Amino acid sequence: MAVMTYREALNLALREEMHRDPRVFLIGEEIGLYDGAYKVTQGLLKEFGERRVVDTPICESGFTGVAVGAAMLGLRPVVEMMTFNFSILALDQIVNSAAKLYYMSGGQYSVPMVIRGPGGPAHQLAAQHSQSMEVYFYHVPGLKVVRPSTPRDAKGLLKSAIRDDNPVIFIEAETLYGIKGEVPDDPEFTIPLGKAEIRREGTDVTVFAYMGMMYRALEVAEELAKEGISCEVVDPRTLRPMDIETMIGSVRKTHRAVVVEAGAGFAGMGSEIAAFVTENAFDDLDAPVERITGANAPMPYAKNLEQAKTPSKEKIIATIRRVCSA
Amino acid sequence: MAQTKTITPATKIDADLARRLLSQMLLSRRFEEKAAEMYALGKIGGFLHLYIGQEAVGVGATSVLRADDYAISAYREHGHCLAKGSDPRRVMAELFGRRDGLSKGKGGSMHLFDKSKNFLGGHAIVGAHLPIAAGAAFAIKYQGGDQVVLCYFGDGAVPQGEFHESLNLAALWKLPVIYICENNRYAMGTAIHRALAQTEIWRYAETYGIAGEAVDGMDVLAVREVVARAVERARREQAPSLLEARTYRFRGHSMRDPSAAVYRTKEEVGREKERDPIKLFRERCLKGGVLTEAEIRTLEKEVNDLVDEAVAFADASPEPPLEWLTAEVYKE
Repeated sequence: MAVMTYREALNLALREEMHRDPRVFLIGEEIGLYDGAYKVTQGLLKEFGERRVVDTPICESGFTGVAVGAAMLGLRPVVEMMTFNFSILALDQIVNSAAKLYYMSGGQYSVPMVIRGPGGPAHQLAAQHSQSMEVYFYHVPGLKVVRPSTPRDAKGLLKSAIRDDNPVIFIEAETLYGIKGEVPDDPEFTIPLGKAEIRREGTDVTVFAYMGMMYRALEVAEELAKEGISCEVVDPRTLRPMDIETMIGSVRKTHRAVVVEAGAGFAGMGSEIAAFVTENAFDDLDAPVERITGANAPMPYAKNLEQAKTPSKEKIIATIRRVCSA
Repeated sequence: MAQTKTITPATKIDADLARRLLSQMLLSRRFEEKAAEMYALGKIGGFLHLYIGQEAVGVGATSVLRADDYAISAYREHGHCLAKGSDPRRVMAELFGRRDGLSKGKGGSMHLFDKSKNFLGGHAIVGAHLPIAAGAAFAIKYQGGDQVVLCYFGDGAVPQGEFHESLNLAALWKLPVIYICENNRYAMGTAIHRALAQTEIWRYAETYGIAGEAVDGMDVLAVREVVARAVERARREQAPSLLEARTYRFRGHSMRDPSAAVYRTKEEVGREKERDPIKLFRERCLKGGVLTEAEIRTLEKEVNDLVDEAVAFADASPEPPLEWLTAEVYKE
């Protein structure tokens, strides 16, 4: 077990999978010569050469379509979106091509590809470079969607995503690239897609959260423990397919659920989790499911407004207290 | 990189080749005439875009491909798929939405795929399959193969960003792909001069520094020759090409545009029908003494039988079972 950053864990996963499978190649903007805008692909051009680390001009739709075509012929492309904000330019290729070709060809052509890069709230990058992008993808049948919160998950889930025969949307976070954690050295270590992780066990309330909000939820759990509220923090890790068994299992144990999400709440992940908890565990609930979401506004630049945009510790604490007193 | 207009003397035509080309054009034509009938009977639903009038392009182009080369197209692709060698019975069954269709009835007219023939689809968002074609060519090059990718699209795709992104990437990376624009002069109801600042589509090749040629798309032998050159460039030098086949669609944009009368005149359609690619080639074969009237009649009869058989097969094929609704959304 080595201690490494989230960024290094991703880099290691890419390197290991490229060694394991000659069909795996990387394609995207500034991933080679520049070593990656966020240095996730650092050193890979040097190690694997231009054939397998392909720098592209700025044309998200074009190079994502190239990856789809390459995948149809049996390659396993890993596309880097410099940031996921730019993936909207490739949304047609992702939604109408990658996600649907297997189904509408009657199972003839599968599209084994990963589209990865950072997304979610960043630091003072303003409205167009700082937003939760997963909502654009997890609605779409045919796509899998991963949000890895720790270095260990980053490595294990990225390797599974690359080995998966379907298009996988893999959204990292600028704000997590520098965090450190223990990561297994074993090149065969993977984490299956579709498995949630209980980050902290508790008995009074289940708190669903991922990425930055998961860490905030852990801080909140620590504080609430002091006043006798025991929070179970559950990280879905894969948003589609979702590990309903683990998530519902937790609610059956705690009888209360809240969802913390960074994105603007309307039709967000919190809505989906609240709905399936209600559908599957209504009789187990001692209180209504509550959502704590980002403000219903684009991300502002000003530091104070930006801080107010995502759910604060105080807001999460207040909500959990209320839910637990019900 | 010049515009060429190739006229091949009829005397040069090999009889076997002539039979093959004529028979394939007839198959495409007859297949779609029948499909239109079936649409009117309610056996086929949704959108049905007919290729009638443009057959010389798909047939001429495919005739210079190897079986292991790839073809990819948009939504007016019945003719391309049949030319690539797909079983007409399974193509018709797909149009009928039946379980024996190429795509198990899940794709329909606009989404024909045939992996056994290296036919990559059947794509119905205008322009979206052009980067996919580049990607297929990328994969060929990556794997060290010598196949080529033939990508058909209409003049309607030219103003799309993905046309330009694809040409740029194909040129930049030297990909073995042939982009062949079937310029039928109308993107749905929008005439080319209302859509493009540069209506000489082959000229966009100059911008990207690749070979560009225009060809009479009603002349199957001319198409053959121009595409053969492009295939050679792609196979030997991994150099992409942009070809413009000037053609005309005799029917409306789809079955929902039966008269096609708002945006073009009857006189224009009548004039273009005089240049029916099948009629032209038939006459040439007769005049040159390549095929006899009797031989052509036999070909017509064979094609008619094939199409009747396709309809009978499609009609007899069951509907897909309901379990297929949620099957193959993901590959397990």
